[in-house]
Amino acid sequence: MGRYVLRRTGAAIATLIAASIVIFAFIHLIPGDPVYVMLGDGATPEQVARLRNRLGLDEPLVFQYLIWAGSALQGDLGQSIFFETPVTQVIAEGAETSILLAVITMFWIVAFGVPVGILAAIRQGTWIDQGLSGLAMLLASVPTFWVGLYLILIFAAGLGWFPSSGFPSVFDDGGLYNLRYLILPSLALAAPNAALILRLTRASMLDVAREDYVRTARAKGIPPYRVVLRHILRNALLAVVSAFGFTFAALISEAVVTETVFALPGIGRTVVQSILRRDYPVIQGVILVIVCLYLIINLLVDLSYRFLDPRVELE
Amino acid sequence: MRQLLLTWTRPAVSRPMTAVGVLFLLTIVIFAAASPWIAPYPPDLIDPVNRLQPPGPGHLLGTDHFGRDTFSRIVYGARLALLIGVGVVLFALATGVPIGVLSALFPALGVVLMRMVDVLMSFPSLLLALGLIVILGQGVFNAILAIGLIYLTTTARIVYGVALRLKAEPYVEAARSAGAGTWWIVTRHILPNMISPLLVQASFVFAFAQLGAASLDFLGLGAPPEIPSWGNMLAESRIYITRASWLLLWPGLMIVLTAFSLNLVGDALRDRMDPRFREMMRR
Repeated sequence: MGRYVLRRTGAAIATLIAASIVIFAFIHLIPGDPVYVMLGDGATPEQVARLRNRLGLDEPLVFQYLIWAGSALQGDLGQSIFFETPVTQVIAEGAETSILLAVITMFWIVAFGVPVGILAAIRQGTWIDQGLSGLAMLLASVPTFWVGLYLILIFAAGLGWFPSSGFPSVFDDGGLYNLRYLILPSLALAAPNAALILRLTRASMLDVAREDYVRTARAKGIPPYRVVLRHILRNALLAVVSAFGFTFAALISEAVVTETVFALPGIGRTVVQSILRRDYPVIQGVILVIVCLYLIINLLVDLSYRFLDPRVELE
Repeated sequence: MRQLLLTWTRPAVSRPMTAVGVLFLLTIVIFAAASPWIAPYPPDLIDPVNRLQPPGPGHLLGTDHFGRDTFSRIVYGARLALLIGVGVVLFALATGVPIGVLSALFPALGVVLMRMVDVLMSFPSLLLALGLIVILGQGVFNAILAIGLIYLTTTARIVYGVALRLKAEPYVEAARSAGAGTWWIVTRHILPNMISPLLVQASFVFAFAQLGAASLDFLGLGAPPEIPSWGNMLAESRIYITRASWLLLWPGLMIVLTAFSLNLVGDALRDRMDPRFREMMRR
């Protein structure tokens, strides 16, 4: 067990190092001198020299990487060119919105995707199953920003139940009541991902239902609801738990769009704005942090899998 | 060949929903091929007097904030949707298939290539595409490359899995012991048996390419604004949604129905597929 944890963690760190090289190399792949690209053609020689020095662009590439990665390990991701503040501060400012949005979205995904998936599996082949599976496929085909715009149109502009954009911190006036700003964005973001979890829950319930031990349990005369709850569901949820890793990745990706639709001050919108402003240190920093987070979550999911299902082969 | 034809046609007959999906996709192809004849107006004809007109006799689906005919722009938008879909699928197959097959045949190379694929997969997909757009710049072709890169990874993974299984098949071992070279085995045994998993993968990639391209357009990082794409239409109509909600409906519906139809086709093809490979294609 200890060896497995070590090896799995080692692999995650190796992937992180490789990914960090890709993220570092990215600024050098941009055609032209990155300093001129960032500052624009009207930059004075002093500005150019200052930025070149700040980014360490005069050093050999390997040194540049080591300096960049070394400072990143110490929590220094460089300076934003646009805001002239540390990148970590830019990320920290968006973190509250993004984390709360992800948590509320995850809540919808689990609260809707899993029970409805179970219902579809129990009613396999009936019109309920067909309707729910069709709905899931439809939801998975819908762009999140389109859902978002309709939610704004109906529930914000039309009915006035929820605010249409922005998010004041829960530490400001209003406190937790400010979370109402995140209801519509989280629903838009949850729609396609809940659909995937629904499909996965259904498929994995049906897989487990074919196992011999389920047939044995039925043959012993255990009541059907207990077979479903204790024998099928508990085992079927393993596959669902392992899907949370890539669901999280999908959330981060799509949050970029959702935060833009609802003008939320989160990390995703920061990325888009930084791309439009050519603020490369921020783009690099945000992507590094997100990849790191993604690898950690996947690692935790993999390790928890072992605890949830002792049968899982570790080799 | 006959088997292949059956895999394609049988699902449409046994599942009415899939048949509707196929019909919708055919409509898109006709829209794209015959746009100048179907569209009543040029897609970029500006008519300020008739701006933000609701759907009616003169303009079937209304007009946008420049007075451009929504229906005509929808019809021309089919061209970009197909171009993006075909482009992304071709890119994903042209890169993913060689990477997957070579990795399966030459394990030493496979370790390196598959680790690289893993690294790319550690980037959330849209961020990977956005990163590439930053390097390459905005544009239709670059959007295809950026979205294609996302599906290079999934395609390579699937091809790798399928090729590993095929490589262990008795007939491949028999061919090898009879003196067949690697090239022969790849072209005669591995690639032909891979066609149906690849068709399934292609239909899903095509579907998700639509959503990815729409997202890039919406963020202002996809097709240039002068090109009538469904994503651009949504992005432009955003500020007018309370005054002209129909502008939001049609382009969005086209994206949803295209992706939905392709997912239906992909699902139907997968259910007809060799059960040994079906497990790998689960999403």
